[in-house]
Amino acid sequence: MFPAPDFRCTSNDSEDTELRFVTCQSLWNQIKSETEQIQENLNKQLLENLVSFLSRSHSDFQEKTTEWTFKMKFREIPTAALVLGVNVTDHDLTFRGLSDVLQDNITPYVAMLEAKDCPGIKNLMQKLMGQLMNCDLDVDSLEDEDCVQVSQNRVRCSMPSLISWYDSVTKKTDSETPSKKRNSSSRHWQSPPVVVVFKDMESFTTKVLQDFIVISSQHIHELPLVLIFGIATSPMIIHRLLPHSVSSLLCIELFQSISCKEHLSTIIDKLLLTSQFPFKLGEKVLQVLINIFLYHDFSVQNFIKGFQLCIVEHFYSQPLSVLCCHLVDIKKRVYSLSHDQCENIRRLPSFRRYVEKQESGKQIELLTNDSFLKVETKKLLEDLHVYHENYVRILRCLHVFTSSLPKYPLGKQIRELHCACLENRVWETEEYESSLQLARMLNKTDLVTMLQQCVEILMSSSGKEFDRAVEKLKEFLTQFQNLEASQERDVSISPQKELQKKTDLYHLQKTLLELKESRRSKKLTKFEMLRFEVVDYIDSLVRRYLVPADERTLHEVVYFNGAAVLRGHLNAAPRTALHTALNNPHWYLKNQALRCDGGGISNKAPDICIVYKLHLECGRLINLVDWLEVCDDANSTFTCFHARFIRAVSELELLGFIKPSKQKTDHVARLTWGGC
Amino acid sequence: MKWQEVKASVTILGTKVRKDKAQLSVSVKRFVKKLENISDNEAQEVLEEKNYVAALGICAQDPVGNGSNISGGEVYSFQTPKRSNKMAELASELAQTPEQNVAPDHSKCPEKMAKTPQNSKRSSSDKVQQKSKKKEFVSTTPYRLRKRLAAPDPYLESESEYSASCSEEEDEDEQKEVSTVLSDQKTPAKTKAASTPPPRNSLAKKNKEQKMGNLVEEYFEAHSSSKVLTSDRTLQKLRKRRLSQQTLHDLLKNAPLAYAAEIRDLNQQHESLFSKWMLQLHLGFNIVLYGLGSKRDLLEKFRTSLLQDSVHLVVNGYFPSITVRSILNSITEEVLDHIGTFRSPLDQLEFITKRFKEDSSLELYVLIHNLDSQMLRGERSQQILAQLSSLPSIYLIASIDHINAPLMWDHAKLSLYNWLWYETTTFNPYVEETSYENSLLVQHSGSLALSSLMHVLHSLTLNARGIFRLLAQHQLEKKDNPSYPGLSFQDFYQQCREAFLVNSDLTLRAQLTEFRDHKLIRTKRGADGVEYLLIPVDDTTLTDFLEKEDEDV
Repeated sequence: MFPAPDFRCTSNDSEDTELRFVTCQSLWNQIKSETEQIQENLNKQLLENLVSFLSRSHSDFQEKTTEWTFKMKFREIPTAALVLGVNVTDHDLTFRGLSDVLQDNITPYVAMLEAKDCPGIKNLMQKLMGQLMNCDLDVDSLEDEDCVQVSQNRVRCSMPSLISWYDSVTKKTDSETPSKKRNSSSRHWQSPPVVVVFKDMESFTTKVLQDFIVISSQHIHELPLVLIFGIATSPMIIHRLLPHSVSSLLCIELFQSISCKEHLSTIIDKLLLTSQFPFKLGEKVLQVLINIFLYHDFSVQNFIKGFQLCIVEHFYSQPLSVLCCHLVDIKKRVYSLSHDQCENIRRLPSFRRYVEKQESGKQIELLTNDSFLKVETKKLLEDLHVYHENYVRILRCLHVFTSSLPKYPLGKQIRELHCACLENRVWETEEYESSLQLARMLNKTDLVTMLQQCVEILMSSSGKEFDRAVEKLKEFLTQFQNLEASQERDVSISPQKELQKKTDLYHLQKTLLELKESRRSKKLTKFEMLRFEVVDYIDSLVRRYLVPADERTLHEVVYFNGAAVLRGHLNAAPRTALHTALNNPHWYLKNQALRCDGGGISNKAPDICIVYKLHLECGRLINLVDWLEVCDDANSTFTCFHARFIRAVSELELLGFIKPSKQKTDHVARLTWGGC
Repeated sequence: MKWQEVKASVTILGTKVRKDKAQLSVSVKRFVKKLENISDNEAQEVLEEKNYVAALGICAQDPVGNGSNISGGEVYSFQTPKRSNKMAELASELAQTPEQNVAPDHSKCPEKMAKTPQNSKRSSSDKVQQKSKKKEFVSTTPYRLRKRLAAPDPYLESESEYSASCSEEEDEDEQKEVSTVLSDQKTPAKTKAASTPPPRNSLAKKNKEQKMGNLVEEYFEAHSSSKVLTSDRTLQKLRKRRLSQQTLHDLLKNAPLAYAAEIRDLNQQHESLFSKWMLQLHLGFNIVLYGLGSKRDLLEKFRTSLLQDSVHLVVNGYFPSITVRSILNSITEEVLDHIGTFRSPLDQLEFITKRFKEDSSLELYVLIHNLDSQMLRGERSQQILAQLSSLPSIYLIASIDHINAPLMWDHAKLSLYNWLWYETTTFNPYVEETSYENSLLVQHSGSLALSSLMHVLHSLTLNARGIFRLLAQHQLEKKDNPSYPGLSFQDFYQQCREAFLVNSDLTLRAQLTEFRDHKLIRTKRGADGVEYLLIPVDDTTLTDFLEKEDEDV
């Protein structure tokens, strides 16, 4: 792609840089196409609905039926209100997909308008016509550019000219029916509708929207116009932006895109909870990404961007990431490792822990014999793959249980459960304990359906790992069925008993007390026994398979754990950095003279820090003369003091802490809070 | 970004309050401490995990040890106002012991202790003494102290009363200082709170809350009063010390850079990231640098070491007359070799986009120093730059300095920019960035304005100069009138006629148009529809100008 950059630059990095870079790129490309696929699938339904709506709205015009004229009499413009959610950054992708689909299926005349291009109705019309005529150009790319450029400039941007353009274009396609046109005319209808998309409805000025709607409604019988509003908040906004007189000109149909949370869940499901990709995220990293999503932007695009950054960082900083590849390549890659890389493996903390557990002979082999190490590494890496595959299955099984418990002690979403399991041994947590407690109180029907789901999940795995587990679960299921049969008999007896004893209150009370007594003393019913067994079995599976990743040997190879780096790059806090630098220069400049305790500041600190500290003591306005003198007293030993003061003040101004004030001569105003 | 940060800090406070009410104040204090012991990472990591990070779910021990991972509360809490009188103290102390830390050391200088707020309310006599002491600093102490001194005596009474009933003096310390600036009615409420001392833990929390409340009130109090209580001294009196841009520059050039070695270390750390930046730029990210200190040299170094062989564009955002248009022009004219003009920047952008999409071999590195400068921070400029940066073969690396710079970007722009943030605190002085005439203090020298005035006027006819002189003189006569609207056109015409400078109002108008084209004058219409003329130059420059003119003539 491009020659220069790869990972060649870190310190210990003669190792496999090129291969790492290639692996990284190919992995990212796979993931990227996967995410695009996901997005497409998720939007499929929405787009289909929209397309059918558009073809409906336009078929009337096509056939010139009475219904259309009827509608036309009321001058209603067919309008699709597309509720997309607050994750504005993701909308672009949806719209791109939409316009592609429309141009393929319905009409070549699609115009996308954004509020920032349309401050007035004139600009809107200009933009609209420009886009429409350009797409015309795309369809029959015969006319040369200049011609269109000229016409675009010359044509007065008004509705009539738009209509005459539309007439000419449709006529042209009508008359011009030779073979080369057949393709496009078969794709589109005879007089395709003109679709105008308002990408960000909320940001348009009311007047522009109103004017456009009113004007175009006058011409709806000449021009089959369809509007699409992209809405980020709620459909109510249409009525807030448009008065009744205007909104009554629209025939609105509502469309809802999938929520961004669902989208994220799918992405996590398809990217992380799968063995398709060798690269994995550590707990903290995942938490950072999810938090950015939930607390900052709801943007799936940004989540994916963060994921990309994780991949890049991992492959860049971890020389052993060369082993982060698909199972089939592992053998080749492991055996071609250099000696330095072997040393890198030996240095991994998880590997050291592993070595310590081995007997002494093997320890020596592992630490001295490279080829022995390679064999072992290959085995460990394969184990890791297997571990992950099993982990995902059992995680899903556990999620089946936890997601239906009241109050969701382990979280409702599978991602929460995943984080909890990655963080530490989930079975040692309180939440897990309480979910087991709750699971022991599930009723039978729920339990049976859950078991069935688990069986399905485990059956879908290719390996033989879970054959026994499946068998066991099936056994539980049959036991439940048997139980049902036997219980029916029990049940049939008890109501008879009840019926016999419908005498007086005293007796009733007595029997109830007896019943209570017996229940307390009574041994668990068969069902309860079985339920305990099931829960215990699930618990044993969890303990066996949901071991946190960082307890696995060589997890560093595939798990990325640089949460701090990630956060620094994606969710930076520039104000905090500035604040720290000004208040505590020692944080950055490791000089003993700058060490200071508790709020004070050394007078040897850089000028700007001193000036900043002093300015904090002031009110809304600061007299420059006083400020200068205070500093002067503090630092009079220096000759060019005045100049340095001036510089420091200018710097503070540049940083936005102060600005010159007109209120009083030679005063500056503070722009930040605090201590006022 | 700012919104994010604030949100983060709010989250922390929220969870804290709910989770461990009792520990609130304790943990807050721990945070403050945390900053100081950077060396023992171990303990710190635990701290962060437990307190701050728990709320966000992040372990943020930065390997480079950069400062952006301290808690939000640390930054956004209000400055403790107890240091309100310290400016004076600082000054005197520093003057006396130039080699010592500024933080008041109680054990070493007991006579200072009387002045520290801790003891301020022990007895009223003490207070008086203290005040008399403070008076020495009146001239050097801004606003707060003066306000305090100006406050009437009733304070003293209410204060002593208050301290008599107060059982938790130590804890109330900080609010005390706050309350001195507040109105008297605040005091009873507080006394009530203190007179029924709750258990210590909850008291600490209450203190915190109260402090918060007081601070908020204090903020509004400080900002509501239109009257400003600062001394009336002006730089006029220090005239002889005023520096021109050139002398300032020379002086600073000669001044030794403090902590050169440490700063060099810091910069070297950043320089090791160059290749990583390069990689990330190529992977579709753009890079933004933040942190204290000029990042110009760093970017320059990046440019010279890695971009020598590639097409790149350096934009000095801090330059006062930079515009987006000029950036776009240099791309179209110099990078794309296109001759011709565009109707609007948007058209130009479209053209650039098209060219870059057509020709995949085109690559352009754009380096912007100070993306947040006055001229570039506008919504439209940022939109255009963001769109530019989103092109896959344009690689943008930019620096920001202003504290509110991240507010320029909404989500849409952020996603276009696709930033990766890098903290690059350099502590380098902002030499270039602040060197333009609009800087504070230096502005008063007005040498640039003066020289341009002279320059333009020298190319004009004698009559024209006379006309301008007349206007300048008139403006100087009225310089004491703050609401001087300017000279009305009719009056001016009259005066010019009397001085035999013009013979008809058409000639005068022609002349004025020329002035206006050179931005020598400004016209505005008053409420009565009369046209007023004004020279948009400050009085000192104007005086200097007239003096120079006199010399010439």
